[in-house]
Amino acid sequence: MSDSKHPHRGLDPEVTEKLQQQTSELVESVNSGDFARAMAVINELSEVRDQGLYREVGRLTRSLHEAIRNFQIDARSAEQKEVLSKMTDASDRLAYVVQMTGQAANRTMDLVEESMPVAHAMRDEAEILRDEWQRLRRREMEPAEFRELYARIDTFFGSLSEDSDSLYKNLSEILLAQDFQDLTGQVIQKVTALVKEVEDNLLGLVVMASHVDQLTGTVHQIEEKEESAEKGVGPQIKAAEREDVVSGQDGVDDLLSSLGF
Amino acid sequence: MKILIVDDFSTMRRIIKNLMRDLGFTNTDEADDGNTALPMLRSGKYDFLVTDWNMPGMSGFDLLKAVRADENLKNLPVLMVTAEAKRDQIVAAAQAGVNGYVVKPFTAAVLKEKIEKIFERIQ
Repeated sequence: MSDSKHPHRGLDPEVTEKLQQQTSELVESVNSGDFARAMAVINELSEVRDQGLYREVGRLTRSLHEAIRNFQIDARSAEQKEVLSKMTDASDRLAYVVQMTGQAANRTMDLVEESMPVAHAMRDEAEILRDEWQRLRRREMEPAEFRELYARIDTFFGSLSEDSDSLYKNLSEILLAQDFQDLTGQVIQKVTALVKEVEDNLLGLVVMASHVDQLTGTVHQIEEKEESAEKGVGPQIKAAEREDVVSGQDGVDDLLSSLGF
Repeated sequence: MKILIVDDFSTMRRIIKNLMRDLGFTNTDEADDGNTALPMLRSGKYDFLVTDWNMPGMSGFDLLKAVRADENLKNLPVLMVTAEAKRDQIVAAAQAGVNGYVVKPFTAAVLKEKIEKIFERIQ
């Protein structure tokens, strides 16, 4: 009769005791040939079963109600309405993350695309001037050419400080564009906390549902959904811990060369 | 040399476009998935295809298979630049006839190396 030997979770010890008592009575009456008594016992048995079931269903209904309340999706009070908006807000928040990261990436690339030609132009002009300078040092330069070089170096120094300023300005703007990490990080942390909360409550519901299944003897056939590798599964998290995933470009190259590509 | 870059994220297309320009390939077009890329490939004269794998609509893997099955496109060099890192997927892409496979996140040097390797083999 102890629960440790017969772990009928959800069945009251009282009910279990009655069941056992009636079962032995049933065996006795069948053995002694008292079938009328046996039928009566069977009726009583099913009554006990039904009563136990009703009591369990009642209890489960209460727990279910409790669990649903834990989800706080009953938007009748102002406070709960706020929580509800927090829930429905989650996808908006993630959309905000996508938007912020996209903006930061584009802002950074704008500045990089602006800076690259400036750096190129500086390098090109410096190379030309260095060659001319070498010619001057080798005394291969006419006075007229020297005067031209003289003016050109003057201009170069002017544009050098201007260009360096604009490069510096672009670099510090690129630095600032990285502030998305802070903002999106906070949003993602909030959504993660929310997901965790929902998961905990869902787990409670699943445990309860399994009690109902145990009582009624229901067996579910759950189809396993597999990720389609053909469609693509996206970036692998914790790739280093997984056997079926390469951990980087070297892994790809090794795999392909082992196949003869 | 005309190149088609296929990725559903515009930032990634822009990064690849910039890297390709640094490598001297300035004639590039963009598409955001296989469904938009395939008609472009069929009508335009492209010499090289760079594609992501995981995209809404038609995936890069399906695009690769469609390209290899098309009489006019079957010899088009295809470089996959993707976050997909499962061994099975890499093997499947190789068997489907991909010419190079770069896994994200990647560096400019890796992209350059793979592209050069592809053109070396073709010549």
